[in-house]
Amino acid sequence: MSRLKTLVRNEAGVPPLAGGHALCQGCGVPIVVRTVLNTFTQPVVVVNATGCLEVATTRFPATAWNVPWLHVAFENAAAVASGVESAQRALRRRHALPAAEEVAVVVFAGDGGTYDIGLQALSGALERGHRLLFVCYDNEAYMNTGIQRSGATPFGAATTTSPNGEVSFGKAQQRKDMTAIAVAHHVPYAAQATASHWHDLSRKVERASAADGAAFLNVLTDCPVGWGHEPRRSLEVLNAAVDSLFWPLYEVVDGRYRLTYQPEQVLPIEDWLRPQKRFAHLLRPEHADVLDEIQRRVDADWEDLLRKCQGGDST
Amino acid sequence: MIETGLRLMTGGEAVAEAMRQIDPDVVPVYPITPQTPIIQGFAKFVADGRARAELVNVESEHSAMSAAVGAALAGARTMTATSSQGLALMAEVVYIAAAMRAPIVMALGNRALSGPINIHCDHSDSMLIRDSGVVQLFAENAQEAYDLTVIATRLAEHPDVLLPVLVCQDGFTITHSAEPVTLLDDEAVTEFVGGYSLPHPVLDTARPTTQGPFAMPDYYFELRRSQTEALEAALAVFGELSAEYEELSGRGYGPLEAYRLEGAERAIVALGSSAGTIKDVVDDLRTDDERVGLLKVVSFRPFPAEEVAALLAEVSSVIVLDRADSPGGAAPLHAELAAALYGRGNELTGHVYGLGGRDLHPEDVRRIFAGEAERYVGLRGEPCPV
Repeated sequence: MSRLKTLVRNEAGVPPLAGGHALCQGCGVPIVVRTVLNTFTQPVVVVNATGCLEVATTRFPATAWNVPWLHVAFENAAAVASGVESAQRALRRRHALPAAEEVAVVVFAGDGGTYDIGLQALSGALERGHRLLFVCYDNEAYMNTGIQRSGATPFGAATTTSPNGEVSFGKAQQRKDMTAIAVAHHVPYAAQATASHWHDLSRKVERASAADGAAFLNVLTDCPVGWGHEPRRSLEVLNAAVDSLFWPLYEVVDGRYRLTYQPEQVLPIEDWLRPQKRFAHLLRPEHADVLDEIQRRVDADWEDLLRKCQGGDST
Repeated sequence: MIETGLRLMTGGEAVAEAMRQIDPDVVPVYPITPQTPIIQGFAKFVADGRARAELVNVESEHSAMSAAVGAALAGARTMTATSSQGLALMAEVVYIAAAMRAPIVMALGNRALSGPINIHCDHSDSMLIRDSGVVQLFAENAQEAYDLTVIATRLAEHPDVLLPVLVCQDGFTITHSAEPVTLLDDEAVTEFVGGYSLPHPVLDTARPTTQGPFAMPDYYFELRRSQTEALEAALAVFGELSAEYEELSGRGYGPLEAYRLEGAERAIVALGSSAGTIKDVVDDLRTDDERVGLLKVVSFRPFPAEEVAALLAEVSSVIVLDRADSPGGAAPLHAELAAALYGRGNELTGHVYGLGGRDLHPEDVRRIFAGEAERYVGLRGEPCPV
């Protein structure tokens, strides 16, 4: 595929995130990082929120990064990136930057650093319209601290702070629709993608980076430890998320919705849940109602998304 | 109008003028009383094309400081301002800014921390971040707030320092009170502050750096120690820059100001605007042949302990005035003096005054010198209504 050649060419033998880091076997995060960064043809600066990616790639005095990388704290990556972008704007105006080429500002944050503790700073940055790309690697819980539930954790999932038990079926609340929250900021570009559909992800990065303003990418990314699947099955699990319609792939360009992938055959929600230990309890007979509720929600959200894509009103 | 070089302006206005003259690249701002006149004044300069900064209207002080760190480390001269709860919200990032050696100049309009919520001056906000590793300079009046802001730019960016510098001015007493202030010419400030250059800017994509990494027990301690050394180095650098600034402006500064300490038997040690009131009382008492003086602390962090001890060597009774309490322990300035004077034979007493904007009157200062004041100066005796 030509896109693969492009990614290889852009990498030019120097991976932005080199091997030897301490991310887990089967972790989707480095796939996302490399796909995103290799899509850029211009120089990039990476701003990273506290989390797995930061901890596993920068243990002082070593670093896995071959591009400029900046980490300040957990909740403020979008604000830090706003500062970097503003600095570039100011220095360009004064002709105080050596390179003529614009440096792309790319943020990587987990779902905690996006949906929860990072939401305020992200909202501010999106509203102000800084030219930056905010990439959420959404693995649906606080994995770095040991699999605690977040605002991105799906209904029914067991985590260490929303365990299933005698009187609990796991997380009792629905996840936030973070992509819709980003869209509500009237950003020029927002999209959902996933680590397994790298071609789709790369195209979205390309469109996002061409947008004049803040762009948001919500990328479903597996965590073998937190999800409880075999590391070698990462991409299969993510494919099931997409093909079951749990995680539709779409983009929103200047407010207009467009599906970027239509599953040939829609899988039942069990195919997404079954390989993951965090959902194992839901497949037991006593939780049939929870399973039905998940399927109902997925179907309703899909219908809603299709209406948006057809330009109709959402429910 | 007779041209005297003096202009009537508040401390807030004076610092906004200093910012215009320094002409920073990026200024992330978020409003909070009593700092707001500074950012409003500066925003108008930007709107009128008299300053070129990117004004970033962030959604909280936490983001103001975060954007400031990003901008400063990217390679831009960066300034911001805050007060009280704003500094409390920033506190997490203030520590990190110091650790990442981000040379940010911040105007602080000192205001009491909640609760109860209050908008007036005390120094509890400064003391909250006492151990963050930033430089804290205290102004006595609007002129000093202006001068220290200009000096702070060089101090923050000095290669031996590279730390945030806070220029603290008492909320309302300085920020909102009009006084005669002499400004330098714009060109003089431009020349004094010079250009901004950072050894390793993040935006230098040809030489990529990893900034803000994860440090475990094998390196954290060394990194913290090197940061402390930078703060300690700021004392001498502040002295050098102040001497250079004095040649330019005729106004001398230093980490400390000794006021009529010659032959003094009793001396008050204090921070901020109260020094003005104390100087007046010292002058009155000296007229009556009372041997009293004042030691004003300009640089609270780094604290010039050796110089303090030397200046107070012949003063038998040292009285420390703290505008912040440390519940359950020694008040912050008192603790510094106790450490600096330990084993030197001075008698040391301390008072807490002025919390939440309560005024310190000349009569209070006379009672303090006379040894007649309570530990909490100006505190009403009767219980609060509930």
